[in-house]
Amino acid sequence: MSMRTPLKSARNLGSAKEGADHFWKQRVTGVANVFLGLFLVWLIASLIGADHATVKAKLANPLIALSLLALVVSGTIHMRLGMQTIIEDYVQGEFGKVVALMLNTFFAAAIALASIFAVLKISFGA
Amino acid sequence: MADAPSQRGARPERPLSPHIQIYKPLINMVMSILHRITGAALYIGTLLLVWWLIAAATSPQYFDYVSSWFQTLIGQLIMIGYTWALLHHMLGGLRHFLWDTGRGFDLATIDKLSWATIVLSLAGTVAIWLAVAAKGMF
Ligand code: HEM
Repeated sequence: MSMRTPLKSARNLGSAKEGADHFWKQRVTGVANVFLGLFLVWLIASLIGADHATVKAKLANPLIALSLLALVVSGTIHMRLGMQTIIEDYVQGEFGKVVALMLNTFFAAAIALASIFAVLKISFGA
Repeated sequence: MADAPSQRGARPERPLSPHIQIYKPLINMVMSILHRITGAALYIGTLLLVWWLIAAATSPQYFDYVSSWFQTLIGQLIMIGYTWALLHHMLGGLRHFLWDTGRGFDLATIDKLSWATIVLSLAGTVAIWLAVAAKGMF
């Protein structure tokens, strides 16, 4: 029998100790994604059907490369947080939830690392 | 318990909430689930963006091979679908930002914004791909 009051054991455990962090990061990256998403649409639309040399030259442009890197960082943080919400809503068991949340993190990290690697490789002239 | 003198615990005759399957879908419900579905679709679709970037970083041969996939009918439909998902989710996100400021919660506004989201996302997608087609890149 614990001597602690129920309040004591509940205190500080709400919202996974992150407070409004999840909400706020989702908003900040969401705002960034508006601009970066429109940039992506423009970039892809202007490169459709282009050959390899053209695409490489365009992606090697520092402004384009930096914008792409910003999109990758903001986008993967945002999508990881968003998918976390979906998982928390639909995955019932504690074990399955932890596994799904971990896979979500791995997926977002893999997407981020692979994209960043590709952009840097093109930029630094491979 | 229903005949307990205090009536405590008794269930008064309140109207029951209709079950989801007999609920006529309202535009705001549809937009809510579409925001989630488009978010999830964008999530999966990042694989294609990575594939394209890796291809560009690998070799002309591999890039041509990946490009040929994007140029198939399916590939083009996926890109058009991705454009729509992005625009729709983006406009849905803007609606969330408005709500975050405490504004736009009356039913008439919610309905209007819902319709604006679907109409503008479709119109934007058509405009973008018509522009691409007009430049002969499609
Ligand atoms: C283009 C600009 C974007 C804006 C303005 C935006 C905005 C938002 C906002 C405000 C939310 C939270 C909704 C809520 O609290 O219920 C959200 C959720 C989400 N977003 Fe985005 N987003 C954008 C782009 C993206 C992209 C590019 C992806 C994926 C790669 C993405 C994936 C998600 C996911 C998976 C969710 C969770 C959906 C849910 O909980 O139902 N978003 N977005």
